[in-house]
Amino acid sequence: MIRLFIIALFFCTSGNAIGQQIAKSVDGAFALTNATIETVTGGTIKGTVLIRDGKISAVGKVQIPSDATTIDCSGLIVYPGMIDAGTTLGLQEVGSISLTRDANEVGDITPHMQALTAVNPNSVLIPVTRVSGVTTVLTKPTGGLFPGTASIINLHGYTPDQMHVGDNVIIMNYPSSGRRGRRDSRSEEDVKKAEVKALKKLNDTWEEAVLYARIDKEGGKNAIGYNPAMEALAPATSGDIVVHIEVNKKKDILSALGWIKKNNVNAVLTGVTEGWRVADSIAAAGIPVITGPVLSRPGRSSDRYDTAYKNAGVMSKAGVKVVIRTNNAENVRNLPYNAGFAAAYGMGREEALKAVTINAAEVLGVGNLLGSIEPGKMANLFIADGDIFETKTQVKYLFINGWQIPMESRHTLLYDEFLNREPGLRE
Amino acid sequence: MKINRITISALLLCATFLYSAAQETGSILIKNGTVITITNGTLENTDVLIEEGKISQIGANLDAGDARVVDAEGMYVMPGIIDAHSHIGLEVVNEASDPNTAMVAVGDAINPLDVSIYRALAGGVTTSHAMHGSANAIGGQCQTIKHRWGDYNPNHYKMEGAPRTIKFALGENPMRVHGENNGIIPKTRMGVEQVFRYYFSEAVKYQDKWENYNGENANAVPPKYDLRLQTMVDILNGDILIHCHSYRADEIMMLMNVLKDFGVEKICFQHVNEGFKIAPELAAFGASASVFADWWDYKFEVYYSTAYNAAILTKNGVTTSINSDSGELIRHLYHEAGKTQKYGGLSDDEALALITINPAKQLGIEERVGSIEEGKDGDIAIFNHHPLSIYAIPQMTIVDGVVRFDIDGDADDMRISIDPEEKFPALYEGSEAEVNCLQDTEFEQVHNH
Repeated sequence: MIRLFIIALFFCTSGNAIGQQIAKSVDGAFALTNATIETVTGGTIKGTVLIRDGKISAVGKVQIPSDATTIDCSGLIVYPGMIDAGTTLGLQEVGSISLTRDANEVGDITPHMQALTAVNPNSVLIPVTRVSGVTTVLTKPTGGLFPGTASIINLHGYTPDQMHVGDNVIIMNYPSSGRRGRRDSRSEEDVKKAEVKALKKLNDTWEEAVLYARIDKEGGKNAIGYNPAMEALAPATSGDIVVHIEVNKKKDILSALGWIKKNNVNAVLTGVTEGWRVADSIAAAGIPVITGPVLSRPGRSSDRYDTAYKNAGVMSKAGVKVVIRTNNAENVRNLPYNAGFAAAYGMGREEALKAVTINAAEVLGVGNLLGSIEPGKMANLFIADGDIFETKTQVKYLFINGWQIPMESRHTLLYDEFLNREPGLRE
Repeated sequence: MKINRITISALLLCATFLYSAAQETGSILIKNGTVITITNGTLENTDVLIEEGKISQIGANLDAGDARVVDAEGMYVMPGIIDAHSHIGLEVVNEASDPNTAMVAVGDAINPLDVSIYRALAGGVTTSHAMHGSANAIGGQCQTIKHRWGDYNPNHYKMEGAPRTIKFALGENPMRVHGENNGIIPKTRMGVEQVFRYYFSEAVKYQDKWENYNGENANAVPPKYDLRLQTMVDILNGDILIHCHSYRADEIMMLMNVLKDFGVEKICFQHVNEGFKIAPELAAFGASASVFADWWDYKFEVYYSTAYNAAILTKNGVTTSINSDSGELIRHLYHEAGKTQKYGGLSDDEALALITINPAKQLGIEERVGSIEEGKDGDIAIFNHHPLSIYAIPQMTIVDGVVRFDIDGDADDMRISIDPEEKFPALYEGSEAEVNCLQDTEFEQVHNH
């Protein structure tokens, strides 16, 4: 019996010894008691958060159900899970190994490429990300004019469909004017020609999609044959699917705003490096912005050193609805620090927290499901021992879709294994 | 004889004076700050007096004399931050044409107009280790620079008296550049080892030849001077510190074994993402480690990484620093250091040592910089909040007593637009990779570091 026990113990611990295995998640009813609750939409309150059936069932002064697992949150803060509205998480595993990168398909106009198809639920990057409090991301195809269709995913689940939340969005890279880099030696004339050509391609493609949508509406789709790109793009021409338009230079931002208006596009601007130069125009157009990473160098050598830190705050103060992203994969976990820098450099803590929670949820069309601690919302939340923007702060507990997620990742498991390595030094 | 000696001393003194006079120094009294000395605790309401570029006094109610007075009440005063791995301020990073380019030195290619230097100052960084790239197993010699932004003389950036350093590189980068691309050794980690063994052996022979020639044999033919082998000899003799780009635990063990065989004692492993796996061995060898706070996964050899690396190394007794290797990260090393509190719970002093006294030790300049102590260089960074807080904003950065960054004086003339032909500096997107470890090789756009 004792021997059996020892063998069982060996199997229990050997999982951790290889730095790979992550414990299973647990669901059920949970009562997070004595908590400070950053609701985001309803101020900071004291009390209890109840989780049941995957949802936040009650917030504040509530009766604790007898079947709930109680977590005493004295001295701790409950936050809604953070949302990164621009990543390639799940689509790439190792940066330099092309066959592990699934974000960038061949071709310039491939809006039918579905990010969700290529999401790897078992990516090592996912636990690394979520234990820092990021529970949901938009994961998107990259490269080309219309690289594909992005999906919102919760960072927990065993199939892409299990992870999927809300509606998809079409990604567009707005044609970038000017030179591509310091080594771009084209003549002024060639640069200008390329710009005109790229805009023409965008407009031609859009017109084709408008036409496709019209033919479809009038029942003529069968006559024109299989065209998955136009099939994917057509709903964007009628505003039925949101288009995320990546655009960074001042001139291009203004051009994009005109294009959006002319074509009546249900659009969100992304990137927007030089939003600070045209913040009023963006605000006037009423187009929300997903910007970041905040931890970036200034766009131009002549810019003030802190333009990227300040950009989100400048736009926010001008009245733009601002969301902060990392535009990353392996270090999406730094989302709170991107928001923190924006907070310090003019955005203020409250707005910066919104920029990675409720604003992100609303701009992604899932404001009814995510982004705040409110009864009825999906139970995506975490509990931390301090201000989540501070690097000292530890995330103690994590819930996604009502599941309590183990606070483990490759990084924590390697720490557990190697802090005091055994055997240690062999003399 | 006596006169001779005095004359020589006078000449030497004179030369020293002329050399040091080339560097601008200043006098500043920083009043009533919270002074984080790093080596001697944190002192509240304390003044720091810098005279002619050196910290002359630390205490209360100090007399400014002729020095400019900076009011630091409510501010945090820390030693200028040191980055043990960067490529800012360089025209060129890689001489990638051979697995051993020990004869070249990046100190010959300093660009005092690189705006990254100013941006680093705006993040409190006063000293950086401008490194050769990682294309070769034995790369070029590196240069410790002080960020004397505004001085147009490239030589004035070289930190006078700093030990010579050289770049070594293990793993994917030298294997890819030489083996995969040119079909020469090294294509594998086995090959990388042999590059070191071959050149160290050649260096031993080369040194023997010179010793023979300089010895009693008056009729010996002088050996042909070989700068590359002479540099290897200087490494063997401990006159040049090795800073080795490395990731995997096995290859790090390999280099320590090679160094043991050739009697080389000093090495700082750079990046060293898997250092945590062999922290006891690193500590026993006396090797130090300069790591990223949390970068991983950008290539296969950093897939098995942990952000707890710095904490594991520190707690196992390895002298550890946090570096940038990036014109972006170098602007917020104080924030990068803060991440070691999340990943491994380092104390404030431990975390700040990672970007001050520890990198100073790795560069052999700990007697000059890396802490606030009387007699040390007047290199200071002033923050409005504790530098490990996310809300901290650098306010002023001082090098040798000269204010090189002032948030209230960030006029456009403190940045320098490089290209006079350019009407308005361009914003480049996407393909414009920043200066990195493989710059100037054909792989520079493929991946960083």
